[in-house]
Order: sequence, then structure tokens, then C-alpha cells
Amino acid sequence: MAPDYRRISLSGWGRTSPSVSLLAEVPVEGLAEHLKDSSDRGVVVRGLGRSYGDAAQNAGGRVLTIADRAAEAVIDDVRGTVTVGAGVSLDELMRLIVPRGYFVPVTPGTRYVTVGGAIASDIHGKNHHVEGSFGNHVERMAILTASGEVVEVSPREHPDLFWATIGGMGLTGVVLDATFRLLRVETSRCTVDTIRCRDLDELITEMSTGDENSRYSVSWVDLLATGRKFGRSVLWRGDHARRSDLDPKSASDPLQYAPRHLLTVPPVVPGPGLVNAATSRIFNELWFRKEPDRQTGQIKSIPAFFHPLDSVGAWNRLYGRSGFVQYQFVVPFGHEDVFRRIIERIVASRLASPLVVLKRFGASNEAPLSFPMPGWTLTVDMPAAAHEIAALSHSLDELVLSVGGRHYLAKDAHTSADVIRAGYPRLAEWRTTRDKWDPNGVFASDLARRLELVG
Amino acid sequence: MQNAFGEPQNILVLGGTSDIGVAIARRLMAPSTKTVTLACRRPETAGLAVASLTRPGVVAEAVEFEATDESNHVGFVRALVDRTGDLDVVILAFGQLGDQERLENDPASAADLVRVNFASAASIALAVAAQMRKQGHGRLVVLSSVAGERVRKANFVYGSTKAGLDGFAQGLGDSLEGTGAGVLIVRPGFVHSSMTAGLEAAPFATTPDVVADAVASGLRTGRRIVWAPGILRWIFMILRHVPAPLWRRLPLG
Ligand SMILES: Cc1cc2nc3c(=O)[nH]c(=O)nc-3n(C[C@H](O)[C@H](O)[C@H](O)COP(=O)(O)OP(=O)(O)OC[C@H]3O[C@@H](n4cnc5c(N)ncnc54)[C@H](O)[C@@H]3O)c2cc1C
Ligand SMILES: NC(=O)c1ccc[n+]([C@@H]2O[C@H](COP(=O)([O-])OP(=O)(O)OC[C@H]3O[C@@H](n4cnc5c(N)ncnc54)[C@H](OP(=O)(O)O)[C@@H]3O)[C@@H](O)[C@H]2O)c1
Repeated sequence: MAPDYRRISLSGWGRTSPSVSLLAEVPVEGLAEHLKDSSDRGVVVRGLGRSYGDAAQNAGGRVLTIADRAAEAVIDDVRGTVTVGAGVSLDELMRLIVPRGYFVPVTPGTRYVTVGGAIASDIHGKNHHVEGSFGNHVERMAILTASGEVVEVSPREHPDLFWATIGGMGLTGVVLDATFRLLRVETSRCTVDTIRCRDLDELITEMSTGDENSRYSVSWVDLLATGRKFGRSVLWRGDHARRSDLDPKSASDPLQYAPRHLLTVPPVVPGPGLVNAATSRIFNELWFRKEPDRQTGQIKSIPAFFHPLDSVGAWNRLYGRSGFVQYQFVVPFGHEDVFRRIIERIVASRLASPLVVLKRFGASNEAPLSFPMPGWTLTVDMPAAAHEIAALSHSLDELVLSVGGRHYLAKDAHTSADVIRAGYPRLAEWRTTRDKWDPNGVFASDLARRLELVG
Repeated sequence: MQNAFGEPQNILVLGGTSDIGVAIARRLMAPSTKTVTLACRRPETAGLAVASLTRPGVVAEAVEFEATDESNHVGFVRALVDRTGDLDVVILAFGQLGDQERLENDPASAADLVRVNFASAASIALAVAAQMRKQGHGRLVVLSSVAGERVRKANFVYGSTKAGLDGFAQGLGDSLEGTGAGVLIVRPGFVHSSMTAGLEAAPFATTPDVVADAVASGLRTGRRIVWAPGILRWIFMILRHVPAPLWRRLPLG
């Protein structure tokens, strides 16, 4: 063991299932050295730990973070691509590219994810229905494989490793750097249309008919509202603003971009946390009412539209010591009845926090473990200490699987090997590729052990 | 691995025919559970227990384990881990109550009982703890007893082994701080089980299932000690301070 390893308790963003690993920050050049003699517990790379469950921890084994510098990113203005180290965060990258008139092809609800994490989870954003997930935009990667060799991969070169690494949760090798296509933007603002929907049917209809014409579309549902208000929701659609959309003052510096942190939740929050049915209900009422019935062409900044939660640091502490789980699943189109039944069960449980996202996915990509498929996805945070949460989650799992849906590995903290095997019919194919590139099981994680993804 | 709800993949019961141990295992079983191993000195007597834990997709089986065979403890743990994977939850449930009068008349048999309940328990607990420390996670559930909280004349041989085991488990838990592994100490009162069959029930007598519920919630919330039923915690807070002359005369069986 090199002296720079620290023994440390790690968990995901949900702060459940902590385990103790040996952690070191390693420069890219030193990585291969650290894969060697990684003991029988293996090694995994950790980005910014924004996955909710146990993907980026490795009990009893090694966890590496990559020391990378955004300043070394190379932008190709002719092709509109960037080549960047996998340890760089989307936050750092955007500070570099937005002032130069570019945006990332896909952004999650937080900027604090690394490029490596974005690839390993094949993340999706509000534009999935038209532009797909992160992996769709990757042109090539350099991957450090279990043997210590660096392999250049693309859809043409070693396509098996390329696609197995996209969505592969860090279990096929370490992404060192990647080249991906950027989106050209005229401004750092967005134009946003807001539609308030009275109930779930109205929302589903609105999204089914109107989404295709917008680059971005996402909605929030009040999962505590019952009776006539069941499924009341707010739908936002948007795109990057053109220079002509801005007022003269903003138009003079159209690509101005400098997001800030407003405040950070202190490390100690009283026992059961501050998120409960009462506080959530009040929040939902205010949140719903603050939105206009219908508004078009509102100008919002990138952080306000894409990353509102990032203005509060460490908000995951609000749930208290026991943490929370984020339940995210997708069910294919044509099963809106089951989608509705799942939502009814969540509402009836009264466990939902206000953080809810409902989104319509477009086509899948070729990655065997990529989560998105054409259908409806719902994301909801629930306190892990709640007594009924295990029974609720397992019953929802069955409904999701019964219509060919599945769960998102980057969020998962509770499913089992059987649930994942059923949801990802191409798991066996992925495993074959993984075993080919890592025959001795160098890469391992708590997630991999819990869901029997490897071994 | 345990998931966010503390549901284990692998469960091991040491003293695999223990009514309480089996009830805890049954309570902890979840869709993600893969194996339940009952470690028994006579596996052939565990048929009913195994049957009560059998579910589709779960390997429930009884394996041989003699607590007093301490030299074999490390090997036992290693062989099990090789076969089933990490130890997620281990329930240390073996123990003997003994007959106080017989123990007093046969000091050598008292030594045997002290050995099983304390020395052998300490040995296997250390072997399990070493594995959990290595794997960076895991929970060891130790069946202590209120009998050790303040030892009574009616069963002081047994009670003192539980007092010793309880202290041992507290220290072991502290020593595991920061390793990812942990110890949950369970202090039941009188539990209707094969151990107490035929004995007159003490006040606040309870069932293995109540103990199992307390353990399950203790594991989920990361507690270090649980009482079953919970009220005994408060009762013993008082009983601990009752003056000795009165304590000796309390009708506590
Ligand atoms: C507030 C919030 C909102 C979110 N919104 C969305 C969303 O809208 N859409 C969405 O898809 N996700 C969303 N997420 C989830 C998040 O995008 C993913 O979990 C992402 O993978 C986190 O990146 P990270 O750098 O923190 O990676 P970590 O969480 O540290 O690791 C995630 C996985 O990536 C692997 N990994 C990291 N770096 C590398 C590397 N260099 N090579 C190989 N593997 C690597 C790890 O091994 C691990 O398996 C959200 C998360 C939060 C906290
Ligand atoms: N019941 C109560 O009122 C009560 C109260 C507080 C605490 N506890 C404690 O809870 C635990 C479980 O008790 P229980 O009520 O479930 O009792 P039980 O049903 O009698 O179980 C005791 C178990 O210990 C096993 N055992 C005894 N000696 C052994 C040895 N040398 N090697 C291996 N296994 C051995 C027994 O195996 P065999 O089947 O082969 O005998 C049996 O499986 C015990 O530690 C007990 O002290 C019980």
C-alpha cells in the first residue's frame, strides 16, 4: 500500500450504506501503478460522488480520484469538440466553454459531476427526448484497462469496450480523457416556457404532444397532492436564448457566465432531518403556486434553468443522519396505466420529498447498460429511515419490471441482482465484454458486489 | 453488501437452531438476500429452521459449527466467505442457560457453560470482526441479556457470562469504529424459546419475533444497543441502582 492512501468511510449523495475504503488522489500518470496489486477487493474510480448509492465506493478495497486540470482541455473550434481529462467537472468545463460560445451536450441537474462520472453513468438531461444521453456525443476515449494498458476506443475502434464503458459504472476500466461534441450557443441564457398542469393526465398529454419541438423539457409533480389535485405539475420547456432574445444590457455581454454558491447546509442537522411530510407539503404548495398558469419566453440563466439545487451546497444533509434514497425508474411508452399506479402508490405512502422530476425519454443508444429507453422516467427522493420505505420500494420494483421498465444504476441503493438482471436484458453481453477486458476482476465496487454485476 | 435499507445479501446465524437467531434471520431476509447460513453443532437438527428460511432464490443451509472448537473459528469464517462472499450480518446467538442448582453442585460444568457463553463467543466474534474489518463493512449482532445487566443470584453463572459478553461486545464495537464494521448488542428480557421452555415467565416476557423487530430497526438506524422489549431499558436503569439487600429479595425468578 502506497503511503498516500487514507482509510475513509465513503457513501454516495444519499448518504446511505457507508463503507470503509482506502482512498487516494492520483495524477493520471500514476494511475496504472495503483491498479497493480490492488488486493482481492479491487479498485474503483470516484468522481465527485454525486451518484446516490454505492457506485463510487469499494469496501475494503481501493478508491482512486483523478487529479485533473480543466485548463488542459483542448477545444477544436472547427469540429466543435472538446478533449478533456475525465476528472474534470462539468462545472469547471462550463466556466471554460460557455464564454467561448459552447455548452455541454448533456447536463444533469447538477454541474458537480465529472466527465468520467457522466460517461460511466451515461447521464441524461432535459434534452434526452431529442438528443439522447451523454454517450451519444462521445467520439473517443482513452481507457486505462485492468492490464495497465491504455486503449484508444471509439464507435469504430474496440466498439465493445467503448459501449461497455458508457454506462459501465467504472467497472470496465478508467476513462482517462474523452473527446465529445459540444453545442454552439449564442448566449449564456435560456428562454423558458412554463405550463402548469392540473393533473397527471393533462401533463402526460401535454408532454406527449408538445415535447418534440423543444430541445429541453422537464416537469415537476406534486407527489403529496391527493384527490382532485393528484398529479398537479409544472412543465418547463426551453432552449438556449439567441442574442436577439436578450435585452440590450445583457446582449452586450451575451456569454457572461459565473455561477455562485449561495449557502451551504452545515454538517450537523438535527437527528431525523428537516425533510418530512409537513415541511414538504408546505413547500409543494408554494412551489406550485409560484408558477404562472402559462408563460412563454422567460429568460433564465444556465444555473437557474439547469442547476437550481447547486445554489445550496451539501443540501443532502437536510435529510439527517440516515440519509435518503432517490428512486428513479423508466417504464416504456404504452404503459401509462402502470406509470400512474406507481405514482399513486408513492403519493399514498406520503414519503415523497419535494424533489421530483418527471421526464419523457427518447431513443436508447447502443450501450448495454445505458439506462434511458423510450418511455417515462420519474425521480423522487425519499428518506431512508422511513419505516415503510423498503416495502414500498420493493413493490414499485415489481411494477416497474412487470412492463419491461428498469432502474438507474447511478441512483440505485436498494434493488437486487434479480431486479437489475430483469431490467437490463443485455447485462450478460456487457459482462462478457467486461470479463474480456478485466479477466481478474481488478475493478470492483460496492454496487458491483451488491448487484452481482461482476464476479 | 447491505443496501440503503440495511437489507443483507448474506446472513450467518451462529447457533443456527436458536429460536431467537432464526427469528432475526427471517426478519432480515429481503429480496436482495442470497444466503442464510445456520451454523449448528448438530446440523441434522436444523431441518425446521432451514425450512422456515427457504425462499425462491435464497440458499438456506445448515453447516457444522461447534462453538468450543475455537481453533477452528478462523478457518470456519474463511471457508464460509470463500463460498458465499462477504459477511453482511452475523448473529451470535449460541448460548446455554444451564440449571443454576446443578451448576453450583458441579463446578466443572459451570466452567463449561462459561466457556461456551463467553470464551467461545469471544473467539468467534473476533474471527468475524477480523473479516469485517478487512471487507470494510458488516454488522455483528451479539445476543447479550438483561441477565447480565445486573446479575441475579437465581442465575448468576449464566448472568455473569452475559455481563462479560456484553462488556466484550461494547469494547469490540468501539475497536471497530472507523472500519466500516460494527456491533449491535441485543439485551432481551425473558423470551419464550426452547431455552426457557418449561420455566415460569418473568415480567415483560416477550417473543423471538419482538426481539427480531428490535434488531431490524436497530440495524437500520445504526444503534449500538437495543433492548427487547424496549421498556426494559428504563426498568433496568432503576434496577441497577436498587440497594443490594432489596435486590436480593426482588421476585425476579
Ligand atoms: C442533484 C443531482 C442531480 C442529478 N441529476 C441527474 C440527471 O438529471 N441526470 C442524470 O443522468 N444523472 C443525474 N444525477 C446523477 C449524476 O449525474 C451521476 O451519478 C454521475 O455519474 C455523477 O458523477 P460523479 O463524477 O459524481 O461520479 P461518482 O458518483 O463519483 O461515480 C459514478 C460512477 O462513475 C464512475 N466513474 C467516475 N469517474 C470515472 C472514470 N474516470 N472512469 C471510469 N469510471 C468513472 C464511478 O466508478 C462510479 O461508478 C444527479 C445527481 C445529483 C446529486
Ligand atoms: N430465551 C431467553 O429468554 C433469552 C433471553 C436473553 C438472551 N438470550 C440469549 O439469546 C441467545 C439465543 O437464545 P434462544 O432463546 O434462541 O435459545 P435456544 O433456542 O436454546 O438457542 C441456543 C442455541 O445455542 C446453541 N448452542 C449451545 N451450545 C453450543 C455449542 N457449544 N456450540 C454451538 N452451538 C451451541 C444451541 O444449539 P443446540 O440446538 O445444538 O442445542 C442453540 O442453537 C442465547 O445467547 C441466549 O443466551 C435468550
